Amino acid sequence: MLLSTNLHVPDGFLSIPLSLVGWLLAALLVALALRKTNIYLSERQVPLMGILASFVFAAQMINFPIAGGTSGHFLGGALTAILMGPWAATLIMTAVIAIQGLIFQDGGLIAMGWNIINMGILTAFTGYLVYRLSARYTSSNRTALIIGGAVGGWLSVLIGAIATAVELAVSGTSALTVALPPMVGVHVLIGIGEALITAAALVFVHRTRPDLIRGSQIRPTDQSAKWIWVGLSIVLLLTMLSPLASSSPDGLEHVAENTGFSEQAQEPSYSLLEDYSIPIKGDANLLTILAGVIGAAVVFGTAISLGRLRQIEKTEEIDAHTSI
Amino acid sequence: MHIHLFDQFQSGSSFLHRLDARVKIVVGLVTILAVTLTPTAAYPAFVLHGCWIMFLMIAARIQVRPVLKRSLIALPFALAAITLIFTVPGEVIWNLPLTHWAISQEGLARFLSVVVRSWLSVLIAILLSTTTQPTDLLWAFHALKMPSMLLGIISFMIRYVFVLSDEGTRMHRARESRSASPMDGKKPKSLLLWRFKVTGWMVGQLFLRSYSRSDRVYQAMASRGYRGELRRLGTPKLETRNLILGAAVVLVAVIISWSA
Amino acid sequence: MPHHAIEIFNLTYDYPDGRRAVNDVTLSVAPGEKVALVGPNGAGKSTLMLHLNGILNPTHGEIVVGGMEVNDRNLGKIRAMVGLVFQDPDDQLFSPTVFDDVAFGPLHMGYEEEQVYQLVESALNSVDMSGYSDRLSHHLSMGEKKRIAIATVLSMDTMLLVLDEPSAGLDPRARRCLIDLMREMPQTMLVATHDMRLVQELIPRTVIMDEGMIVADGDTVDLLANEELLHAHGLERP
Repeated sequence: MLLSTNLHVPDGFLSIPLSLVGWLLAALLVALALRKTNIYLSERQVPLMGILASFVFAAQMINFPIAGGTSGHFLGGALTAILMGPWAATLIMTAVIAIQGLIFQDGGLIAMGWNIINMGILTAFTGYLVYRLSARYTSSNRTALIIGGAVGGWLSVLIGAIATAVELAVSGTSALTVALPPMVGVHVLIGIGEALITAAALVFVHRTRPDLIRGSQIRPTDQSAKWIWVGLSIVLLLTMLSPLASSSPDGLEHVAENTGFSEQAQEPSYSLLEDYSIPIKGDANLLTILAGVIGAAVVFGTAISLGRLRQIEKTEEIDAHTSI
Repeated sequence: MHIHLFDQFQSGSSFLHRLDARVKIVVGLVTILAVTLTPTAAYPAFVLHGCWIMFLMIAARIQVRPVLKRSLIALPFALAAITLIFTVPGEVIWNLPLTHWAISQEGLARFLSVVVRSWLSVLIAILLSTTTQPTDLLWAFHALKMPSMLLGIISFMIRYVFVLSDEGTRMHRARESRSASPMDGKKPKSLLLWRFKVTGWMVGQLFLRSYSRSDRVYQAMASRGYRGELRRLGTPKLETRNLILGAAVVLVAVIISWSA
Repeated sequence: MPHHAIEIFNLTYDYPDGRRAVNDVTLSVAPGEKVALVGPNGAGKSTLMLHLNGILNPTHGEIVVGGMEVNDRNLGKIRAMVGLVFQDPDDQLFSPTVFDDVAFGPLHMGYEEEQVYQLVESALNSVDMSGYSDRLSHHLSMGEKKRIAIATVLSMDTMLLVLDEPSAGLDPRARRCLIDLMREMPQTMLVATHDMRLVQELIPRTVIMDEGMIVADGDTVDLLANEELLHAHGLERP
């Protein structure tokens, strides 16, 4: 379903090499998360994160209707990251996704690497980074939580969806130009639900126990803020490009015309992208490549932001250790 | 009152039930891999895989109907691959009226193969979860050297997911009980936004309760000697017959895929 | 065997926000003695109990358990001696299976596997729950959970049981089972409870706490006969 509201990718849809890359990447990031949380949290961390994982699991049962009879689910990655920090959130979401896949078959086992990345890691870091950005530009904690929580929640869902669509395209299962626009469209709407619930939850917690919000006291520097803007702009660009893809006359009609050809003319562009199974030529061709490049840039940009964050976080270690 | 979330497990004493959980996990993964690597349009192989899985299910003496019902969970996602029928170049079967789109034979084959492989993979995963208790899975993770912290998180999650979803359900019921319609029959203003807000508050409330509970659980743990490191009993030795049995199960699947 | 099982000297505890939860409490409990701790909610009963195994540290005053001072150095030994059973068994039973929970204590005390198995078995026997080893905690009834919760500390061979509202939430039958169980147990016991009938039936000595202070300490029969005293501290005769 182009309109899948469920981002849990089952087995059989992603290519094996790509799935292995996903597993390696996920393993690396989870290992990193384990190390990081060891620094920040104390003996209480394991029961705390475990019980919060069941909290996320329970919260994900919340669903809400969006247009046309489909419904979306609350994901919780952004919320967890703003409350607990992105690394703890990574571990928490990993636990949730692992058990969903293993015991409930919600998401495949081989595809689990990417599922963890899409729904656990990308959502957590997006939410957290957006929140930090908003904390930098607003003076009130509460406003930062509302804006950061809402935009972060919305964007986290969107990025998860885009990443999923890109992975499916790279595997040759989905034509990116055809699948991405509706994916983005649907998740723009689901993201609104995520945004509202995330913001409201944060406001509630802030009212009662503001000390529990881990991200509260930290303010990013100008440098890291710059990189976060870069990453965000790229994602927004991608989002805006996708409707262009579908409205482009080249896209679908070329696809149709080419499959309709009785004379199987082998255009050079065919062989170039044969493994994508998309017999496209011309502009749509470029768009797919562009999408890939943009995707890489997003990952790259996020990684750079994280690198900058590390430097800031190092100096805040002393404070963080006493705050929880 | 209780949501029995983990009741996929069907108790029994078949060879699959008794097979070492570590071996089962690895076997499950490798078998899914073998199935996923079955080439496109290798229909005989797909059928053989299906038969093998069916055989295992019967041998495990589990109820097949709930398993089949459950296996339909991945089906909606099949739509993600539907574009294949239009985009894969090949012999045209059918031209969609009023559009330029055409379904190609190769495309259809690709699409069906993806769906069948996915469905078979889900069946294997269900087979694993119906013959393995969640606590045995945890034990297997420990034996497979999963990092202690991650394993601990998963353990607590499994333990408390009911407690928390019960709390969530109670909150939901309390809210529903207070969600009457206005007396004069008019629709309340901005209901949707307000409902999202209230849902968000409930999520926030659930978070706070989770946090407090984790404090109390920590106290209970500390009272029994916990100082930051979770200790577990050692794992029993892996008996060879488990390995042999596991290898046999995997081998069949691999042979089927290989021959295609 | 030390002269007293519990000795509390002038214990005072202030919350981080400055509120005084326990105010100059002095109390002694002899080995094998059973003492009820009663009083209105917020009297400081739970707070006091959390000091007995070092979860909380006093702002002023001192606690000696089994002849050992409760401080950071002795925590390991203290926690082996003092079995704290919390009010909500879902907080106490935090492991996947019953076996895991009852084994938690001895495991973290460093016992060998063989011994752990034995301790678990005897603890479950003591609370009449043998055969429940492989059960999943969340599948149990309230009464079963309460008994397993007690088993989780019995397996540590505790000599001192501190119970917070043991009969709360139990139906009459489960409550009866619990009372019979408690009657058989030889350990020293400190029981915080609102269940005045349980106190009357089972516990010879009663301590009344209110607003962080001990306002009465004596024979259960005498104290429960004093209606005025009970009413003054938000209690009622059974």
